[in-house]
This record gives sequence, structure tokens and C-alpha cells, in this order.
Amino acid sequence: MKWGVVTFPGSLDDRDVVWALADVMGQNVVSLWHKDERLHGAECVILPGGFSYGDYLRCGALARFSPIMNSVARLAEDGGIVVGICNGFQVLCEARLLPGALTRNRSLSFICDQVTLRVENPSTRFTCLMNRGDLLRLPIKHGEGLYVAPEDELPQLEERGQVLLRYVSSAGEATEEANPNGSLNAIAAVANETFNVFGLMPHPEHAVEAGLGGTDGLRLFNSLLRGV
Amino acid sequence: MRVEVFVTPKRGVLDPQGRAVEHSLLSLGFKQARNVRVGKYILLEVDAGSAAEARRIVQHMCERLLANTVIEDYRLEVEGE
Repeated sequence: MKWGVVTFPGSLDDRDVVWALADVMGQNVVSLWHKDERLHGAECVILPGGFSYGDYLRCGALARFSPIMNSVARLAEDGGIVVGICNGFQVLCEARLLPGALTRNRSLSFICDQVTLRVENPSTRFTCLMNRGDLLRLPIKHGEGLYVAPEDELPQLEERGQVLLRYVSSAGEATEEANPNGSLNAIAAVANETFNVFGLMPHPEHAVEAGLGGTDGLRLFNSLLRGV
Repeated sequence: MRVEVFVTPKRGVLDPQGRAVEHSLLSLGFKQARNVRVGKYILLEVDAGSAAEARRIVQHMCERLLANTVIEDYRLEVEGE
């Protein structure tokens, strides 16, 4: 499978994603520039973390109108895989390719931490190598990670299994203290209704080597490889 | 034509900024403060033949970009209306 990693002005983690996929996992990766309309054959596109367009207006609000986003939306419509990490997640919500929105952390502070996440739905292409209830340790680093969905949509998201990961304590419990940013239902990752577009606030690309933050990120990337 | 856009978090959507500001107001002794919401103010000029047309154009801008209607409401004040 050919992977594409988009760089917007202000992206930070694009090279880390390329490193994780190409250097660590040996995958075929193409870097994509936001002004380019073509995906150069990428079958799975990743929108990385960072501060695209300086987070002006709202996080992700300006990046969603980059020329490449037309092709990303088309890929998603055709059933291709699109993953947004952190700022990429915000871009996908702004583009309405994912439900809900991400707003200012409950604490109003930028959070840089290692969190525990519980796998809520293992029957998706993004989580298929895991079991329900499995725990992952991944880093987070964001100021706007509080996941919100309209009150009338949230129960349906849960029912349909679109919530993929939840912030939990190290014992796997969804406690108030384990929710770092105040996200509704402690939601850390969601999928669209057709389960080919995924967004998550934690950074799997920063957890792909044992010496550098663990390898739990590989479980997500390997799931994608298997699931496609 | 001058248009003012007021963007505020939707009722029912968590507004941690509003809550923090309200808390500070109360601790400053402004016990009268309630339901504080923090939003955005956008001021722009639009080429339009009438106030109604300006309103229509800026409404469209809000739906497309200026507000995220999943979590935000907006209100316009158009010059000459």
C-alpha cells in the first residue's frame, strides 16, 4: 500500500509520520504538499499534527480549504483511508469528514503528557489488531483537544461504534481524572459512519520505537496495514 | 459595506474560557456575573449593493468559514440595516 503524508504550512509532525511509516515500518510513503491537488497514488492519506495556518480562526479551519483537501475528500468518498492525527483530526472535523469538533482544553492549558487509551471498537481497519479493552500508552500534546459532538449525535456515535479510543486510567477505567482535556465521554478517537476516516488526538507516530516513547503506535499503524 | 460578526459558543457546548472568566469575575467581587461566554468578533467590509445583499453574503461566509456551526452560533450587524 502507498501512504501519503500531507504537509500544511505549520505542520510539525509530518516528518515523524514519514519516519514511522517509511523508516521504521518499511512502507512506501509519498510526502504531499498542501498546494498540490494530486495524491500521487497514495491509497491511505495521513494529515499530521501541528499548527496549520497558525491555528488562526479555529484549529484546522483554514487548512481544510487547501487545494489538496479536495482530493482527500474525494478519496474518503471513494472509500479510501484517511487518518487525522491531532491537528489533522481538527482539520477532518472542520472539513465535516468526521463528526463533532475539537475545542479548548477544559484546563485552558496546553497539555504535553503520556496517556492511557482503551480500545472501544476493535472491528475497524484502524484497530483490527487489538481487542476490546486493550490499553495503549501514547503521547498527547495539544491545547484544543476537547472533543465535542452535538448532544443529539453523541449517543448515535457511541451506538454505532464510532468511538474507537477513550482516555482511561492506567487500570483501564474511564475516570474524571483520566480525562486530560475534558472531552465528552472521554473520547480520544472517532471514525466516520463508513469507518474509512479516522481521527485521534494522541500521536501514534511518536510511539514507534522502544527507546523513544514505546511502540504502541505501531499497533494502530499495523492495524491499518492489515485492515486495508 | 461594514458588517460585524459575533461568534459565540452554542448553548450547551462546553465553554471553558467563559467558565474561567466567570470564575475570575466572581472572585473579583462581581457577584452579579452569570452565564459568561467568550466568543469572537470579526469586522469586515463587503462589496454589496444593499444591506440585505451584504447580510446574505456574510451569512454564507459564516456557514462556510467564519463559524463552525457544530459548536458555534453567529449573529450579524450590517451597516444601514
